[in-house]
Amino acid sequence: MAEYLVLIYQDESANTDPAVQEQTMAGHIRFGEQNGAALRGGNALQPSGTATSIRSDGSGGFTITDGAFAETKEALGGYYVVEAADLDEAIAVAKEIPAPVGGVEVRPIRPM
Amino acid sequence: MDASVEAAVADAHRREWAFVLAATVRVTGDIDLAEECVQDAYARALSTWPTQGIPDRPAAWLTTVARRRGIDVLRRRTTHDRYLPQLAEPASGSDDDGDDGLPEIADDRLRLIFTCCHPALSPEAQVALTLRLICGLTTGEVARLFLVQESTMAARLTRAKKKIAAAHIPYRVPALAELPERIGAVLDVVHLVFTTGHTAPGGSDLVRTDLVTQAVYLARMLRTLLPDDADVAGLLGLIVLTHARQTTRLAADGSLSLLSEQDRSRWDAAEIAEGLALVREALQRRPPGRFALMAAIAAVHAEAPTWSATDWSELVGLYDLLVVIWPSPVVALNRAVAVGFAEGPEAGLKVLDGLSDEPQLASYAYLPSARADLLRRLGRTDEARAAYREALALTDNAVERGFLQDRLVELDGP
Repeated sequence: MAEYLVLIYQDESANTDPAVQEQTMAGHIRFGEQNGAALRGGNALQPSGTATSIRSDGSGGFTITDGAFAETKEALGGYYVVEAADLDEAIAVAKEIPAPVGGVEVRPIRPM
Repeated sequence: MDASVEAAVADAHRREWAFVLAATVRVTGDIDLAEECVQDAYARALSTWPTQGIPDRPAAWLTTVARRRGIDVLRRRTTHDRYLPQLAEPASGSDDDGDDGLPEIADDRLRLIFTCCHPALSPEAQVALTLRLICGLTTGEVARLFLVQESTMAARLTRAKKKIAAAHIPYRVPALAELPERIGAVLDVVHLVFTTGHTAPGGSDLVRTDLVTQAVYLARMLRTLLPDDADVAGLLGLIVLTHARQTTRLAADGSLSLLSEQDRSRWDAAEIAEGLALVREALQRRPPGRFALMAAIAAVHAEAPTWSATDWSELVGLYDLLVVIWPSPVVALNRAVAVGFAEGPEAGLKVLDGLSDEPQLASYAYLPSARADLLRRLGRTDEARAAYREALALTDNAVERGFLQDRLVELDGP
């Protein structure tokens, strides 16, 4: 079995309608119930405006900046850690994640 | 070196590479290692067949040698278990001597094709992997086919193989429910190899025979492996019907010979008969798929005894269906050309002008050249000339350039 990090990206500005948010939340609960056996973790994140980026300045110090690491239209909004036999199985689970205003990215986790 | 041995090894390379490699990947689980072992097995064949004789079943011999070597290497790897690859099937007789029933190995080949054409890989990587792993071309040969540096192609292949291993792209035939979606990617790869060879995007030759040969080989292999699939039948039908006209596409002086000018008696009758049977089979599935319709279009041309006897309204009807399931501006362009023959150049031009804003066609030479032809037939010579010049500016293939230049000269003529 392999582990995958499934990153949920969404357009934060589009996601303000409380009815849609409620529906998405219910979708996540259903997703969790249906895929409990494969899930190793997962969380929703605070909006990208709350992010802080820390970059090494190359001489032992750090530069701290306000904002996400990469500014994109669709921001990272949450994640799941999924265990699956192979990529096809991971993609099948990822397809069930509610992401009405964006999509998900599946990244294999490197085994330690 | 015994010439017959060399010929036998070359023949086994051409016919059996995919077969041997796919059976070896099943044991090693690791594509890189399998490639190494299979290359090794072919080298061993060159050195041992002269003394031991050519085996009755070269593929089985090569598979046995490659698999044994793979198992040896895996045993010697101290970290074997850490890398125990997801591609290998741990149980079921991985030690056997290549004495398998043919269907099982045929299945292995199909597994490997689906791995190479997995949608998680970029389209360029899918094509490169297919040519390298299924057709057995060397990295240098694949690089030459796509007119890139060998180091560029090597990097592309390495990156793709790393992704297969790291992301655990499976080595298996997709489940029935996924098959229609996944077979599409495989057919796209084979079709791309064919079209790239049929009219080379650049260079001095109109046709790249090497690519066409590989595409025919791949389509035939798919047909053997998936004999009941209507899309596979459609693609093979399309390829053989198009290939049947191959030798008449160039005039004696090497210039381009259009469908309207070709000597139809020289079309390959056997390929046409085979293609027509495949089209009938492919069209039985409702609704017909993309390749079935494209093959049906090729069949209408193949069945017309002369250019003037071509059933253009049938072609327009087929393009109408095709453009619905495959709304590509290129299909719409071909439809406009068919309308131009079915209903006259004025009607064709009207449809074509509706496409002039398509961004996908902005640098597509066939748009101005189709327009030029319609204008020429309408006697609007100045506009036709401008359109031919526009097409010329967008065309790299030397034979096609020659054709456009000849047309320009004709317009300036007496």
